Amino acid sequence: MDCEGKAPGHAPGRRPPRHTRGPRQGAPHVSDPVRRIPTLPLAVGLAAALLLSLVCGVAFGSSGIELPRVLRLLGAGLTGGRLDASEAAAYAIVWEIRLPRTVLAAVVGAGLAATGVAVQALVRNALADPFVLGISSGAAVGANAVLLLGAFASLGVWAISASAFGSALVAMTLVYLAARTAYGLTPLRLVLTGTALSYGFSAITTLMVFAADRGEAARDAMMWLLGSLGGATWGSVPIAACTVLAGLAYLACAAGRLDALAMGDETSASLGVDPDRLRRELFVVTAAVTGTVVAVSGAIGFIGLLVPHLARMLVGAGHRRVLVVAPLAGALLLVWVDIASRTLLAPAELPVGVFTAVLGVPAFLLMMRRRGQAFGGSR
Amino acid sequence: MTGTTGPTNTTGTTGTAPAQDLAVDAVSVELAGTRLVHEVTLDAAAGQVVGLIGPNGSGKSTLLRCVYRVLKPAGGAVRLDGDDLHALTARETARRVAALTQEHSAEFDFTVAEVVAMGRLPHRRGFGSPADGDDARCAEALRKVRAGHLAERGFLSLSGGEKQRVLFARALVQEPRLLVLDEPTNHLDIAHQLEVLALAREAGPTVLTALHDLNLAAGHCDLLYVLRAGRIVASGPPHEVLRPALLAEVFGVRATPVRHPETGALQLLFDRLP
Repeated sequence: MDCEGKAPGHAPGRRPPRHTRGPRQGAPHVSDPVRRIPTLPLAVGLAAALLLSLVCGVAFGSSGIELPRVLRLLGAGLTGGRLDASEAAAYAIVWEIRLPRTVLAAVVGAGLAATGVAVQALVRNALADPFVLGISSGAAVGANAVLLLGAFASLGVWAISASAFGSALVAMTLVYLAARTAYGLTPLRLVLTGTALSYGFSAITTLMVFAADRGEAARDAMMWLLGSLGGATWGSVPIAACTVLAGLAYLACAAGRLDALAMGDETSASLGVDPDRLRRELFVVTAAVTGTVVAVSGAIGFIGLLVPHLARMLVGAGHRRVLVVAPLAGALLLVWVDIASRTLLAPAELPVGVFTAVLGVPAFLLMMRRRGQAFGGSR
Repeated sequence: MTGTTGPTNTTGTTGTAPAQDLAVDAVSVELAGTRLVHEVTLDAAAGQVVGLIGPNGSGKSTLLRCVYRVLKPAGGAVRLDGDDLHALTARETARRVAALTQEHSAEFDFTVAEVVAMGRLPHRRGFGSPADGDDARCAEALRKVRAGHLAERGFLSLSGGEKQRVLFARALVQEPRLLVLDEPTNHLDIAHQLEVLALAREAGPTVLTALHDLNLAAGHCDLLYVLRAGRIVASGPPHEVLRPALLAEVFGVRATPVRHPETGALQLLFDRLP
């Protein structure tokens, strides 16, 4: 390990409040060191919990299939074992509906959390994520444009993803240009611009969904605006998984540079990291991941806001560690949110965005309160 | 990283890179179409501490930002040991030039150890995994600035003086040949002001520093350059540069040079011009 704040004997716990003055020079001894959870055990724990949750995701659903049977069906699918004809229906539910959906939930959750981390370093503000900044809504416009025009329908999810990527890039550029001032990006401008654009994009998406009316316009619109994993098939998993993994790999390699960027442009440049170039790269990566994720699940909010913050509370701000913990935690969270969304009011299904909002909105407000005047201040 | 666990290195692993000559050669800098620095030529021999003084808005920071590569010169070149810094990659420059800027991020609470470790970034290879010996270097740099006990603290919880020391340690682990300081004494109490300038001299590299306090400049610099409206108007050893006539002209103050009763060092007393 390097010298990035790894200390033996950390007890899990909260950081001390910000801006507390520590002992001045000459004070006898260190007090209040930042307490953090060691990353490796935490990551292993999260990964184990995620695996377990994937099984739970397959086990829970509106039609009750008992856990032993689920495990047997999963095992049969994996090993190619033989099954009774009477189990064909249950097998289809497990393998063709629940498993892709649960895997997709994990992939999307990881992607949302990772893009949250990237966007927050990009705009140097922990109150940002692709949803808050309107990038997700922008991506939904692109996805729907393809569905509406049907021009590339034969390319299916690939065309939808590509178009969502393009419009996410446009949305991001718009937000960035609109919020930028001669003195840099102010958090207030960013969030306001993002909110306004997000409304605009959502309106366009709704319009497109109703214009195309493929039968269930209202439900489709809801899916795009609040997010849903209801449409998951194995067909949508590979592109999302590949993009998210590639995005994660890029971000992991860029972790040190993200640290420098988070400290500021001057610091970044003096450490040999060209801030403009890194921002351009992050623009593309964020738009790609957001685009593909939105193309398969709609605009799911707050995961990208909540999870990076949680990860920083656990392991500190260093991106090398945040980028290990946040995607795992995001995946875990969305798998459970999805389980809740399809079992709580079963057989009716709630958009996952309802649950992420229930968690995310209070968290957003709390974070904003804790920041005090920094949010609306001049910086 | 606690400062006691790293391998002991008696020869020292930081600040050992030899200082190099800085030559700012007819550099002009433009921002948003306005020329802020006009063909400035400035030299700092290896190991010298060179001060840049001038009133607010005279272009000190702009010139320094050009030296640590935030800005590109509109004309001229910044050379370190003969190499044009702006022809190198950002990383190559950062291996040779470190900067202590006025910038603090108030958003992400890195630990002190993490902040210092960022100084190793330009030296990392490949995917940027920390290299062997980085730990020891960081610990030693923190010890050097007497901040070893702060390693596990959150950077944002530190006092202004502590922050400055930590950022100084980060500059040290960069193993720079040239250290650029932009008003390093701003917001520091007097003890910390004296300390940070002493540290800069002890650190070893060539130092180019902007300073507001003319007495600090007189006491700590080998050479001073006076900047007014983006042009060098005087240069030389402090006692030659800091003459009442020049100070009246450039800073608009009446300066009375006196001698320190014990050390005999030059001190300036300031009054408003009549």
